[in-house]
Amino acid sequence: MGHELRIRIKTLVMILAMVVCANAGDLMLKRGMTQIGAVEISAAGLRHALLMTLTNGTIWIGILFLTGFTLSYMTVLSWADYSYVMPAGAFGYATLTLLAVLFLHESVSPRRWIGVILICIGVLLVGQTRPRTTEVAVRGVAA
Amino acid sequence: MREALLLGILIFGASGGEIAVSRGMKSVGEPERLRPRELLSFLWRALRNGWFWTGVPLLALAFYSLLVLLSWKAISFVIPASALSYVVGTLGAKYILREDVSPARWIGVVLVCVGVALVAAG
Repeated sequence: MGHELRIRIKTLVMILAMVVCANAGDLMLKRGMTQIGAVEISAAGLRHALLMTLTNGTIWIGILFLTGFTLSYMTVLSWADYSYVMPAGAFGYATLTLLAVLFLHESVSPRRWIGVILICIGVLLVGQTRPRTTEVAVRGVAA
Repeated sequence: MREALLLGILIFGASGGEIAVSRGMKSVGEPERLRPRELLSFLWRALRNGWFWTGVPLLALAFYSLLVLLSWKAISFVIPASALSYVVGTLGAKYILREDVSPARWIGVVLVCVGVALVAAG
């Protein structure tokens, strides 16, 4: 497999991991916070909310997914351009809209669908550029 | 006025933080293989990197600005406005990280920026 193709596949797999983890994490947080109920903004209310979130399993699964997102983001940035990964990560907004329609049965406005289409075209355009345009440090020679 | 200031802190904090982390991760170098032991040593190298720790407080600052903004304004204003960070981040990538941002990549970034604004506006 060519070097360039290997980098491209590796990068796309990591971006996919980022998007899946971010979406799953957000959905879990939303589900967990719905279980807990609206947070009351007062000292007692915040203390209660903190206790409830720390003991809620769904929230912890969400945190686990968001940790996975952070780690895959850091890893992919160790070889790929920031200006490649950052816009490509926006693909998550498009998939989240689809998930919201399919699983949460939310209705989506035409304006929002146009947004989803623009994001997809934008990500496709960025995706076909070279993932890495700068030199990367030799492993172990950290600054 | 205070909204504009906080929005500025959010956009520049988020972009600045991610650029610093990106710079840090580039000097850490990629893990040779994606195996647990390799990944742990990769993570350890990242945690000892100065650029990484320059980025973290900036990202924390951006996160708290986001929370405060969300308490003042509707999410359908805050997220579309903060989508400007795609353009600011790309400018940073070009002039600070010296990445080669081709015209195709620029058009893609602008489409994503407008798209995110539309999605968030609902």
